[in-house]
Order: sequence, then structure tokens, then C-alpha cells
Amino acid sequence: MTRHDATPPTRGCRDAPVLKQRGQHEVFCGLTGIIWLHRKMQDAFFLVVGSRTCAHLLQSAAGVMIFAEPRFGTAILEETDLAGLADAQVELEREVERLLARRPDIRQLFLVGSCPSEVIKLDLARAAERLTMRHAPKVRVLNYSGSGIETTFTEGEDACLASMVPALPETQDRELMLVGALPDVVEDQARDLLAQMGIDKVSVLPARHADDPVAVGPNTVFALTQPFLGGTHAALERRGARHVPAPLPFGEEGTTAWLAALAQEFGVERARFDAVTDAPRARARRAVKQAAETLTGKSVFFFPDSQLEIPLARFLTRECGMQALEVGTPYLHKAILGPDLDLLAEGPQIAEGQDVDLQLERCRAARPDLTVCGLGLANPLEAEGLTTKWAIELVFTPVHFYEQAGDLAGLFSRPLRRRAALHLEAAE
Amino acid sequence: MKLTLWTYEGPPHVGAMRVATAMTGLHYVLHAPQGDTYADLLFTMIERRNHRPPVTYTTFQARDLGSDTANLFKTACQNAYERFKPQAMIVGASCTAELIQDDPGGMAEQMGLPCPVIALELPSYQRKENFGADETFFQITRALAKPVEKTAHVSCNLIGPTALGFRHRDDITELTGMLADMGVAVNVCAPYGATPSDIARLGAAHFNVLMYPETGEAACRWMERELDLPFTKTVPIGVGATRDFMAEVASLTGLTPQIDESRLRLPWYSASVDSTYLTGKRVFLFGDGTHVATAARIARDEMGFEVVGMGCYNREMARPIRKLAKEYGVEALITDDYLEVEAAIEALAPEMILGTQMERMIGKRLNIPCAVISAPVHVQDYPARYSPQMGIEGANVIFDTWVHPLVMGLEEHLLHMFRDDFEFNDAAGASHHGGHHTTSTPETRQPETTEESAPGTVIWLDEAERELKKIPFFVRGKARRNTETFAANQGVHEIGIDTLYEAKAHYAR
Repeated sequence: MTRHDATPPTRGCRDAPVLKQRGQHEVFCGLTGIIWLHRKMQDAFFLVVGSRTCAHLLQSAAGVMIFAEPRFGTAILEETDLAGLADAQVELEREVERLLARRPDIRQLFLVGSCPSEVIKLDLARAAERLTMRHAPKVRVLNYSGSGIETTFTEGEDACLASMVPALPETQDRELMLVGALPDVVEDQARDLLAQMGIDKVSVLPARHADDPVAVGPNTVFALTQPFLGGTHAALERRGARHVPAPLPFGEEGTTAWLAALAQEFGVERARFDAVTDAPRARARRAVKQAAETLTGKSVFFFPDSQLEIPLARFLTRECGMQALEVGTPYLHKAILGPDLDLLAEGPQIAEGQDVDLQLERCRAARPDLTVCGLGLANPLEAEGLTTKWAIELVFTPVHFYEQAGDLAGLFSRPLRRRAALHLEAAE
Repeated sequence: MKLTLWTYEGPPHVGAMRVATAMTGLHYVLHAPQGDTYADLLFTMIERRNHRPPVTYTTFQARDLGSDTANLFKTACQNAYERFKPQAMIVGASCTAELIQDDPGGMAEQMGLPCPVIALELPSYQRKENFGADETFFQITRALAKPVEKTAHVSCNLIGPTALGFRHRDDITELTGMLADMGVAVNVCAPYGATPSDIARLGAAHFNVLMYPETGEAACRWMERELDLPFTKTVPIGVGATRDFMAEVASLTGLTPQIDESRLRLPWYSASVDSTYLTGKRVFLFGDGTHVATAARIARDEMGFEVVGMGCYNREMARPIRKLAKEYGVEALITDDYLEVEAAIEALAPEMILGTQMERMIGKRLNIPCAVISAPVHVQDYPARYSPQMGIEGANVIFDTWVHPLVMGLEEHLLHMFRDDFEFNDAAGASHHGGHHTTSTPETRQPETTEESAPGTVIWLDEAERELKKIPFFVRGKARRNTETFAANQGVHEIGIDTLYEAKAHYAR
């Protein structure tokens, strides 16, 4: 088979100047991650210790009210809890007792800190320790903060996974750990590709069940499947594990580069690598090509949201023929995103953080063909005549690896196709 | 501390946002951490608003705490004024900012901004969304409304509709038309669509129409005292209530009541023979107090249902709902814990729920039809078509909405007749809903619970259980319940076929 490796740009964005502004951030807080984490970890419960606002956020971010009793809830702080902190610990323990009594299927309980619990300095680490002692070994209680004063949207997942790392058992085995919560179908595809290359000692953080074996040690190497896992990256390194840097596995190119980095790490021969990847690569290219017909030559503008912006801009510019005007991201982890930045040709404005009103002015002036933004901005921008893609879908939808590359491109082409398809004016 | 899985109401600052977003020319500066901006999507996604809510959030982060959150607030306030040039501003804190005690109101006052700045004190750890809206609108009214000359012609204000309200948009249109028919003009509708300068001339009206006590009562009471504006006490949802409301308007204005009932179809539809099957349907009501109270009257007096339970999630309405429940001979359920509501519904086994989106979900799980009568809202509660709850058209809309989830008249008999037909059986459900009922139903789960429960419990013999299965699914729950109650009252411990039919005869109506 003929190889089609695209050449990297002569100058990437690794050293491009970064625009940093400080103003209103139009972003979710880290609690939002619970929406997908609780689906992924099927025996875990996420108990937010916070206010009515936290409960309302979770309910609203879920878009619709997911019925069935959800595996997340909010212990709402009341006046009495704010008055004396000793009370709050006792109250929390009582609520946890009640919850575990009603939900005997729960094996992992996350106490999730919020803005109010952080401000009043409620010690959830101590609460988690005490509760673990009481409920071990049946239930493990961990804690992390998903508060808006410390975490932005996907950083909640990072904080959650990082909180699990110190509790992982130690291993001396040479193992690969995939880090990041992916839909099961996507996770299975990744494992399958790796297994075909002979890499079969693979664990995933977070595991689907509390009992699934995940261990870490000096011979563990890990690959990130999401770009926002800086804290987990650091926590794993503290346990002696080593990161395999690579572009993120979005699109055909990203997936191939990500797999190639692991193939090199595990000494997989080129011929075998090609034998495993050639067919899915070709499929992915074909699938992306269809959506790319709509996307090619179009411009795109990213508001900061999920931290997926840099790898997605790389995918859209290199595989779909789009032109990136501005790529905003809440945080820029150069250690993780370096390989993606190298592949993203210089040109777009890279922006970290946000002043939403100023950014809206830049966006209106740039008149991009497609604007990737949060749910609060999408309809107002559509009403102004801009075509938008809701960023939150990118974390709720299977978009990683070869078989989803076409779907990923389709998420961006659909709004453009829709705008072209609608003819609402009178015929004349 | 209280564990909450789903909430009926958001925090009070979301109520303030509902007022701010409904108005134009008003801007809200909210001292809040990053993340609280999620509330924008309620308006842009659920209500499909095409503008960002007029809210500036300070979005402070951990590194700002203790250093300059106060300056952050002042900068945000100044920038918001310069960017949006509002006629008036409201300032306040969300739950987290309340804890850091920066006093947004005091700071904003000192800044000497060239427009009125109204400080909001909304206790996030005690109160909720409806209170927030009511209090915010009251504070805006108190700050801006002044005694002015009355309009020459009889006019009123429509008070209470907000952004993110249940059918507020269409209720305004319906009421405006009905009042016009009677010769009453609308002076100002507020907060929905009002500017701060409109608020200043509220006093020009001759009286207020309090559309939604949840969000407008405090302002109406204040205007009654300070601006000499009486307000209407009847909420015109349902035929009877609409007629009472128009009579109330007539007595306030001295005009003759006039209602154009040529479009009114509920009374005849309800009287027509196909509706006989509605007789005595056992319904459970839950929602905000106002919508529940109006729905109770419609259910009993206009649809011929039997109200078997009612309740509301907003504690502010607990007293009137308790009183009303007593009149209906039922126990009022005042709670914002949806698990309690679910338990109550399960215990009462109604044939229909008139509730919120939460009860719709409960109904799905328990296989009980549900029509939605109240907020909290869902994107489905903003239909493209005109569908008010108030007035003449509101009554028509309610008839359709409530009947739709039920199995239709003749279809009920056909289902019975063909109950063993493979295409036309229990699992097929009502033909106009498509899809199949696959969830476990209360009647299949009930045997386990009855066996476990206390002594004195009755046991179903196999033959009776088989006979019960021959009864159409939509009345089977009631038949089971009636039979068990009957058996318990008779001191019978085993239910046979005879018991089943004894009970049927006993409850015949």
C-alpha cells in the first residue's frame, strides 16, 4: 500500500505567541465531568458537597434530566452547615451512610468539592479517609475538587483521575496504561489495535469497575487519550510511571501518530504496525474525506472550552482542509500538547484563558465559517448569522481513533450542511 | 446538609436572571466563580433565546480569593456599564460569592455609576429560584416605580411573567387579547419585555393583573400599598377561573364583563360522549402552587376527574395548597424531594399524573401517563405553536394536553375486546403514542412488595392473578389496588376470583 504520510509544517505553533486575556470566562466548572464519568465507572457514585447551584448545574448540563436514579447527587450545604464546621463533617457522614445503605451496588464513592465547600475549607480529604476506614474494603471513598474556582470543565476529570492514582496498587510489570475516560466501544477499539500489535498488557484509567486490575509502578508507561489530564500526568509520574508523548488520537493522522509512538516504545516492527493499521487508516481517510468536502477551504474559530481545541484544530486543518483563525483553550499544557502544536501550522491566533466579550468582538470581526463554542453562546451567535458547533458534544460523543474519525469530521460538517440545506425565504 | 438528586428549583440568583433576561435595558452583574455561567444555557438552549442573557459574571478563581475579588467585581461592573449602557443595573452575589462577603451592593453604590444600581440580597443557602425572581422584581419595582398620573383609559399591568417561565410568552398574548375585548389596555407587562423606564410608569395603570404569584406577588403587594394599585387574585387558568377572573376585572374597573367564548371548546369537548371515559379518572397533581391549584379545579370541575393527591415543591405556597387539599379531601404533599413525590405516586397508583417534567419521568418509570402543567421547564415546554395555559385558548390547550396521554374512549373498548390479539395487546399501549411499553409496570412489581409487607397482607391466588391479567393494562393497577383494599377491609387474606369480582361490584360506579 502506498503511504500517504503528510509532512509536518515547517513552522508549527509550539513557540507561537499566546494571547492571554483576563475577563469573564464563559466555561463550565469541573463538576460537569461527572456527567460522563458516572456513566464510565459503573459502580461509582459522585457526591458533590456544594450548593443548590451545583445541583442545578449538573441537572442542566446533563441537558435533559436523565432518568433512573442517577449515580451522582449533591449534598446541599445549608445555613447550619456554614455556621459550624464540625457539624458539616457529621452531617456528611450521615448522608453518606444513608446513601450507601440505599445503594449497596456502590463500590467507589467520590466526595467532590465545590466552590462553597472550598471557600469554607471543608476538609473532604479527612472525610474521605474516615469514611474509607469505616466502609473498607467494600467501598473506597476518594475525594477531589471540581470547583469552578480551581477547575475548568474537563479539568474535573483530570482531578478525579489524579485522585485515584495514589490509591492504585504498586506493580513492577512492564505495562501500558491508557489514561482518559472513553466510551467503552472506543476503548475496546484501542485495546484491539494494540493487541494486534502485540501490546496486550494494557490497563485503562478509569476502569469500568472498581475491581478491574489497574496498577502502577516504575515500569509502567502511560499514554493520554485526552489532552486535559495534566494533573493525572504529574500524579502518575510521581508513582514512577513514564509518559509516552504523542499527538492525541483524533483523526487518521493523530491516531496513527499516537499508535506509532506506542509501537516504538514497545518495539513493534514497522511491517506489523502497517499490517495492523493500513486497513483502518484507509477507512478513516475515506470517511473523513466525505465530511471534508464540506469543510475544505472553510475557516474555524475556537472559543476555549474542553482543552481539545489544539488537537482538533490540528485535525481540521490538516485532514479536513480548514483554516484556523483563532484557537482558544482554557489552559495550554505544552508538555502534553507539544506534539499537536508542532503539527498545527503557524497562522492561527493561539489564546489561553478568556475575556468573553473581547473574544466575541474578535469572532464577529473574523466572520468564521464555523465557530466552536459552548452552549451559552451557540444560539446567540447563530442568530447573528454565524454557524456554530457546540463544543460539549465533543466530550459526550465517541470521537477518538480511526473508526470515529469520520464521525468527528461529521460533527463539524453537519452545521455547515444544515445551514446550506435550509431555505426559509420566499421563493422570490 | 441534604442529599439532592434532582431539583425542582435552581438557586435564587437564577430567579434574578429570569427577571433580568425577561427585561431589556437592564444589566445584572453577578459576583460568581467561573462555572456559574452555565446558567446562560438555560436561556439560550432550553428557551432558545437568541441573545445572551444580560448578565456579567465576575468569574473569580481560587487565585483571586483573598487578593482582589472586590476589584474584580468593580472592574466587571464598570466594563459592563460601558459596554452595555443599561438604563439600570442589578448587582448581587451567587452562593460562593455570598460566602466571601465582598458586598457587591455597597461597592456598586460607591462607584457612582450614571444609572440606578439596585442591590440584591438573595440568601442562597435558605431560599430558591422563585423567591429570587419575586424578590428581584420587587426590588426593581421598589427602586424605580414612582407615582404617576393614571392613564385616561382603563389600563392594567401584567405582572409576573419571566424568562424561562412555563408558557409565559403565550399567556401574555392571550390575556392581552381578552382584556382588550373588554376594553382594558395593557399599560406595562413586566418583567417580560419591560425596560427600566417602563417600570417607572407602572403606576399609570388602574390595577395589576397578578399572573404568577410565585414571581410577582411581592411587587404587587408593594404597588397596592405605595401606588394604590389593586391586584387580581384569580389566576385565569381553566374555564371557571377565566370567567371568575373576568368578573374580578369587571368589579375592579366597573366595566361589564365580556368574554368572547366563540373559540372556547373545552366545555363541549368535555360534555361530548367520547369524554365519558374521563369520568372519575384518578389523577395526582404536582408542580408549583399556582399551576397545581388551577389544575385541581379544572381536573375536578371541568374534566370530571377524581383528584387523589396534590402537592407543590415551592414552600411559599404550602399554606394555600394545604388548604385546597383539605377541600378536595386529600393530603397535601409539600416537598422538593422528587423521591418523596415518586413514593407518593407509587402508593396512590393514579391513572394519570398532572405534574412537571420530573413527574413525567416518574410516570414513564411507573407506566402512568403524565401531562405537564408546570415548571421546571424543558425544551419541550417551548412549543413553536401558540399554546397558552391562560384564558380561552389556554383551556382548549389544556384539554388537548391532558387527554393526549390517555387511551382514547372507543380505543379503550377495542383494547379490551382484542386483548389477546398479538398486535393489539397490553404491551402495545395506546396507538397514538407509537412505541411499546417495555418498562416494568407497577402491577408486575407489586406482588413482591405485598409478600414482603406486614402481617395482614393479602395473597393473590393463582387463578385470581390470571383473571387479573385479563383486565386491560390501563385499569389493571386500579383493579389490583381496589381488590386489595376491599380484601383488607373485609379481613380476607387470600384473593380468589370471587374476591376480585366482589370488589368490582363494590367499587362499581
